[in-house]
Amino acid sequence: MKSCLTSDRRLSILSGHLTTATIDKEGNSSSSSICFSPTSSSASDSSVFANLPRAPEDPILGVTVAYNKDPSPVKLNLGVGAYRTEEGKPLVLNVVRQAEKLLVNDRSRVKEYLPIVGLADFNKLSAKLILGADSPAILGNLVTTVQCLSGTGSLRVGAEFLARHYYQRTIYIPNPTWGNHGKIFTLAGLTVKTYRYYDPVTRGLNIQGLLEDLGSAPSGAIVLLHACAHNPTGVDPTLEQWEQIRRLMRSKRLLPFFDSAYQGFASGSLDEDAKSVRMFVADGGECFIAQSYAKNMGLYGERVGALSIVCKTADVATRVESQLKLVIRPMYSNPPIHGASIVSTILKDRNLYQEWTLELKAMADRIITMRKQLFDALRARGTPGDWSHIIKQIGMFTFTGLNTKQVAFMTREYHIYMTSDGRISMAGLSSRTVPHLADAIHAAVTTVV
Amino acid sequence: MAIRSALTKRIITTTLPGSRSISSWWKNVEPAPKDPILGVTEAFLADPSPDKVNVGVGAYRDDNGQPVVLDCVREAERRVAGNLNMEYLPMGGSNNMVEETLKLAYGEDSDLIKDKRIAAIQALSGTGACRIFADFQKRFSPDSQIYIPVPTWSNHHNIWRDANVPQRTFHYYHPESKGLDFASLMDDVKNAPNGSFFLLHACAHNPTGVDPTVEQWKEISYQFKVKGHFAFFDMAYQGFASGDPERDAKSIRIFLEDGHLIGCSQSYAKNMGLYGQRVGCLSLVCEDEKQAVAVKSQLQQLARPMYSNPPVHGALIVSIILGDPELKQLWLKEVKGMADRIIGMRTSLRENIEKLGSPLSWEHITKQIGMFCYSGMTPEQVDRLTKEFHIYMTRNGRISMAGVTSGNVEYLAKAIHEVTKAA
Repeated sequence: MKSCLTSDRRLSILSGHLTTATIDKEGNSSSSSICFSPTSSSASDSSVFANLPRAPEDPILGVTVAYNKDPSPVKLNLGVGAYRTEEGKPLVLNVVRQAEKLLVNDRSRVKEYLPIVGLADFNKLSAKLILGADSPAILGNLVTTVQCLSGTGSLRVGAEFLARHYYQRTIYIPNPTWGNHGKIFTLAGLTVKTYRYYDPVTRGLNIQGLLEDLGSAPSGAIVLLHACAHNPTGVDPTLEQWEQIRRLMRSKRLLPFFDSAYQGFASGSLDEDAKSVRMFVADGGECFIAQSYAKNMGLYGERVGALSIVCKTADVATRVESQLKLVIRPMYSNPPIHGASIVSTILKDRNLYQEWTLELKAMADRIITMRKQLFDALRARGTPGDWSHIIKQIGMFTFTGLNTKQVAFMTREYHIYMTSDGRISMAGLSSRTVPHLADAIHAAVTTVV
Repeated sequence: MAIRSALTKRIITTTLPGSRSISSWWKNVEPAPKDPILGVTEAFLADPSPDKVNVGVGAYRDDNGQPVVLDCVREAERRVAGNLNMEYLPMGGSNNMVEETLKLAYGEDSDLIKDKRIAAIQALSGTGACRIFADFQKRFSPDSQIYIPVPTWSNHHNIWRDANVPQRTFHYYHPESKGLDFASLMDDVKNAPNGSFFLLHACAHNPTGVDPTVEQWKEISYQFKVKGHFAFFDMAYQGFASGDPERDAKSIRIFLEDGHLIGCSQSYAKNMGLYGQRVGCLSLVCEDEKQAVAVKSQLQQLARPMYSNPPVHGALIVSIILGDPELKQLWLKEVKGMADRIIGMRTSLRENIEKLGSPLSWEHITKQIGMFCYSGMTPEQVDRLTKEFHIYMTRNGRISMAGVTSGNVEYLAKAIHEVTKAA
C-alpha cells in the first residue's frame, strides 16, 4: 500500500515537470519516460549495509548478558568488574549521594556545555590525585589534563594524539591485558605488540620476560603499564621491580602510558596505589596517564575519567592541550558534566574527601577478605593445587588459572559466570556465595582437565 | 612562589639515573587553531565590557540572557538523585531512552519501530551520533564519500575527516536571496553518482536557518529514490524550529513514506537543554529485524573502543521525562515556549533594524527558522561588531537568536545597522 502512495506522488510531481528530463540509472536523461528503469527502485530499496555480518558479543560484557538470561537461583556473576556489597548489590558511595544532593539542590547550576577539555576543577584535582598535590610536575605547569569518558575514553584520546603527533606508532601491551585495550589502540591507528607479563607457572610476574621484551623494543616505542591491580591477573610488580622497569624504559626512551583504573581500590590507599606512576614522573621524563573513577568512586555509568600528559615544559603542555581538543571535538565535542561535577564536589571538600578515603578502604578491605575466605575454603576442601595466588594477587580480579573447559563446566553445572580466561571478579563474591564458588572450583579441578 | 618555582626547576633538571635529559617528544607539536565556534564564547568571557552580547554558540538563553534548565528536567533530576545507581549501561545505551527517542523521530505508531527494523544506539549527543555513523560508513561502505551542504556546522567536516571518509559538497545556501539554492541543490543530487551518501539537516539548518519547504523535501526525496542515494539526517533541533516536534520531523517522515532506509542523528542538547549531559541517539533503518540486530551489534563494536558505554545520567533524565505523560506534556510546552521566544526575537530584531532606516532587506531574519540567523554580514563587518560594539558571533555572520533578548535587541539592531549601512 505504501508504494502505491509514493508512485502516485512520483507521478504527480513528474507531471508537474513535464519538460524536466528524468535521469535513469545509467545517468542518461530521457525526457519522455515516466517509469523508472527496472533496477533503480529495487537498488534503492535494499540496504547499503545488506551484507554486513553480526558482530560477536563482547567477551566481557557478554558474560553479564548470559548471566541475565539464566533463571537459576544460585547463579553467580563474577564477570564484569563492578563492585558489589555483601548483599550482592551495586553500591553508590555515601559521599556520592551527598554530592548528588548538593548538586541537585543548587539551583544556580546549569547544564551548559563544558569546555572541550572538560571541567577545569575536575582536571586539576584529578592530576593532583594521581601525581600528588606537591608534585613538581604540577607546580611547574608541566601537566595537561583533559576530562574524558572514563578509562576507555582517556586511553582512546591519548592513543589518537600519539598516532597523530608521535614518531613511533607501536604500543606494547602486557600479555594478558584487559580485552578492550587492543581494540582501542588499533582503532586509534597504532600497531599493537605484546610483552610478556604473566607467568602461568608461578601465577605471578614474569619479570625476566618483561624486561627482555621491553629491552628489545625499538627505541621510543609506547608501553602500556597498569598502574596497579593489573587486570585481569591481579599481579603487580613490587616497587623494586617497578624501579627496574623504569630504568630500562628510560634508558631505551620508551614512552610510558599508564592505565590507572583502580587507584585506592587495590591496597586501600590512594597514595600507595599511585607509587608506580609517581616514580616515573619523579625522574623528570614524560608520560601519559589514563585515570578512571568508575570503580574507586563507583561512578561506572557516568563515564568519568581524565587523561594527563606530563611534558618537559609548560609551553609544550599548552600546545599539547590545544591538539587534544582537535581529537576530542570531532569525537563527541565535550565531555559529560554530571559525573565530573560529583568527583569535583568530593575532591575539593575536605570532609567529603576524608569520608571517601574511608569508604574506599572499606571496599578494598571487603575484597581482601573475600580473597582470604576463598583461599581458606579451597584449602578446607583439599582442592588440589597451590591457591596462594588468590591472596597474593591484588585488586578486583583473580586470575584463577582455570582453563576454558573448566570455566565452561562451572557455568554449565554451577551457574557461575566469568570470562573464559579464568578471571573472576572478587567484587562479585560474598561470604554467602564463597562456599558455592569453592565447590565449583573444586569440582572443575578434580573432574575436568 | 618564586622560590618554589626555582626549586622546582632544580628538581626537574637534576636528573635521576636513567631519565632522559633531552628535550620533549612534543616540541614539534604546533598550537592548534581555536575552534571557530567555541572560541567565540572564550573571547566573550574574557571581555570586560558591560555592553557585551554573546550571539555566538547555539545554547538557549531566556529573555534575561540566562541559561535555562527546563522545569521538566529539574523534576526528573529530583527523581534520579539519591535513588538510582550508576551501573554501566549496555554498550548500546539505555534501551528505554532509545525507544522513546525513536518515537520522536519516526512517529509514535511507526511500523518500523513495531517491526524492530531500526538499529539504534544511545550516542554522545549529535556529535557522537554523527561520528559513530561516519566510522560505521567507513568500515562498511569503504568506497563511499559523504556529500555535505554548503554551508554546514563546521564540526561536520571534522567528524567525517577524522573518520577518514572523503567529503564532497552540495549547493545549499543561496547568498543573493539568503534562502535555499534549490535548483543547484537538485542538480548536485542528480549529478552525484548513484548510491551516494548525503548529510541532510532535518530542520532548522545550522548555520543558515534556511530549510526546504515540504514540497521541496518531497522532490528531494523523489530524486534520492531515483538515484538510490543514502540520506543521513542530522536532527539537532526537533521541536526547537517550529515549536512542534512532529512538524519538525516532517522531512524525515517524507523520506520514510517514500521507503528510504535512512540514518538519523538525534540530540537532546537544545530541545531538552541537556547540553553538557551529552545525550543523543544514532539510528539506521534496516530491511528487517535480523539486519537491524546485526547493524546494532556493529555500531556497538565502534562504541566500545571509543568510550565503552554511554553516560547514564542524561539518559535517565530523558527516559523519565518521555516516559511520564505529565512530564512529557510539560516538556512539549517548554519547548514551544523556547521556540516562540526565538520567533518573537526574530520579529523584534528585524523591526528594529528596519526602523533605523536600513537600505538593505532584512526579511530573511523572519524567514529563516531555528536557533540561527544567517545575517549575510561579512567577516569584516563581524569583526567591527566585536571590536566596536563587543558583540560576539562567528565570522560567517551567523547570529544565535537564542542570545537575543528584549534587553539587547535594540543595541544589536543599532550595531548591525552601523556596520552594514554603507554596504
